[in-house]
Amino acid sequence: MSNKQQEAAISAASARTKLHVPAAVPAPVPAEAGIRKREAWLLRLLKEIWVYRLSYLFILPFMLCFAAFIVVPVLAAIGLSFTSYNSIQKPQFIGWRNFQYMLSQDLIFLKYAIPNTFKFSLIVGPGGYIASFLLAWLITQLPARTQRWFTLAMYTPSLTIGIAMSIVWLPLLSGDRLGYLNSVLLKLGLIESPILWVTDKAHLMGSMIVTTLWSSMGVGFLAMLAGLLNVNKELYEAGRIDGVRSRLQEIWYITIPSMKPQMLFGAVMAIVGTFKSGAIGVQLSGVNPTPEYAGHMIINHIDDYGFIRFEMGYAAALSVFLLVLMYLSNKLSWSLFGSKEDE
Amino acid sequence: MMARAVVFPRIRSRRLKRIDGFQLLLLAFMFLLSVFMLLPIVYIFNQAFKPYQELFLYPPRFFVSHPSLDNFRELFLVTARSTVPMSRYLFNSVLIAAVAVIAVTGVSALCAFPISKHRFPGHRLVFSMIVLTLMFAPEAVQIPRYLVVSELGIMNTYFGHILPLLAMPVGVFLLKQFIDQIPDALLEAARIDGASEFIVFYRIVIPVCMPAVATVAILAFQNAWGNVESSSLFMLDESMKSFSFFLSTLTSTLGNNVALQGAAAVASLIMFVPNLIIFLFLQGKVIATMTHSGIK
Repeated sequence: MSNKQQEAAISAASARTKLHVPAAVPAPVPAEAGIRKREAWLLRLLKEIWVYRLSYLFILPFMLCFAAFIVVPVLAAIGLSFTSYNSIQKPQFIGWRNFQYMLSQDLIFLKYAIPNTFKFSLIVGPGGYIASFLLAWLITQLPARTQRWFTLAMYTPSLTIGIAMSIVWLPLLSGDRLGYLNSVLLKLGLIESPILWVTDKAHLMGSMIVTTLWSSMGVGFLAMLAGLLNVNKELYEAGRIDGVRSRLQEIWYITIPSMKPQMLFGAVMAIVGTFKSGAIGVQLSGVNPTPEYAGHMIINHIDDYGFIRFEMGYAAALSVFLLVLMYLSNKLSWSLFGSKEDE
Repeated sequence: MMARAVVFPRIRSRRLKRIDGFQLLLLAFMFLLSVFMLLPIVYIFNQAFKPYQELFLYPPRFFVSHPSLDNFRELFLVTARSTVPMSRYLFNSVLIAAVAVIAVTGVSALCAFPISKHRFPGHRLVFSMIVLTLMFAPEAVQIPRYLVVSELGIMNTYFGHILPLLAMPVGVFLLKQFIDQIPDALLEAARIDGASEFIVFYRIVIPVCMPAVATVAILAFQNAWGNVESSSLFMLDESMKSFSFFLSTLTSTLGNNVALQGAAAVASLIMFVPNLIIFLFLQGKVIATMTHSGIK
């Protein structure tokens, strides 16, 4: 191998490291040359790292927290999911048994947690997302001076984060005649006796969905609004000349394609928000588990096993299942809105 | 050219006509929807100021007729029996939120700057990891988080509240996207003038990115202010718990009874109003940041 060739190989290798594609097995070269080559790129890499030492120092504080509270927990969850662990004795490796039990014998999980989670997420996720987009679009159609106030009105509910939300809704949904909704419906003669909106298993899911939808115009909504406001106006003019007739066509052919990145960000936020808000059932009904498991979600199931029964291994397996679910739904939205020309 | 000159006025006039009727209808619709969206919040405001006898009125009245501060007093009385006064919860929450906002924005900006502007080995890997974790809710891995916190020995300390909040991938993501918009020439000019990397960061990047910094600060505040996880899992000592946790204990005793509803309404006002005020002031900045939020 000539010197020149070797140099080219080295620079190719270092280019690979820059792109972080794992360096492929080097082309068949004599063992000694291979070692020398690897040493050379290692040296170059180290040198480069040393040149950029300040950059690493800058990212260090965040990366430490990121590793400690996100990366390690995710890896630990995956590790623990293959063990039986009661938080006192050492975890014991039991292979796939947690997952087998989860998918074949855990009746509460199969009968309530999974269907509830799917029902809730399928309505709240896409529903909230589409509503966010539509509302954001409607706001951009309004006179500019009023936009700010309508944005505020739509966004405000999402500020009633977490627990405050159930307090906002409880007086309205309260099960006796003092509950506002009940009293209005009674007065209108639509119902004859008060409905237990949050404690009856038939209505809990509905209440959960309504309250979550109500508060779902959050960060994703703002992102889509910003995206809409920044669509190049000339595109609309051009579209009209090219024969775009209705506003629907305008949305479909011009607006959505030119704000795909924001749509994707909104979708990611919607998915995360949806899976996160599963605990609302417990907060609304005030009991855990919810009445007859009507609002039982995977996230409640994790809490149940993790912090009440202390079966950490099984709880970890459940979290892994939830993570996979989140990942898959994100993949789906990625394929819908992700840009095709990857970096 | 000719064709365009002919076509253009016709389209414009049609558009103008359509806007009027459509917008008027839309305004009415959006107004009604806004009323619906804000109804629960208006209700909670009224509920918070209702005196005792009005809370139990039948049929219930939406608006308060004789506003009083009874419920505020009631809220303080709830905690009078317990060892931890409400002011302690409130103090914890304010302290945690203040430190968390400063720390989160600082740490996130420090991390976002090199990822955006330095070509250090691994910057792509770091960023794609952050984008990947955008997709996960940390709630899903509460148990290992609990184990990490107890291993680190920061249970029952303010660190236990604040450190987990620092890992906020959305913050780094938004800041990085915003910093991408800064022309390299601007930074290069400062470097040629002899500014160190930290000065470039502090004097140029941060001021230019103020909208994004403000947005991240808002998100950090919301996270910290509403956070129940750290109090209920990492804090065994009652005096270390936060106001949001106190509020959640209020609801669990609330159930379906009306007695504490006034007090709970006051408490949720305390949770809600700071968020609203901060957003009110920074709304424009948030929208400016979100323009660059897209995931490409």
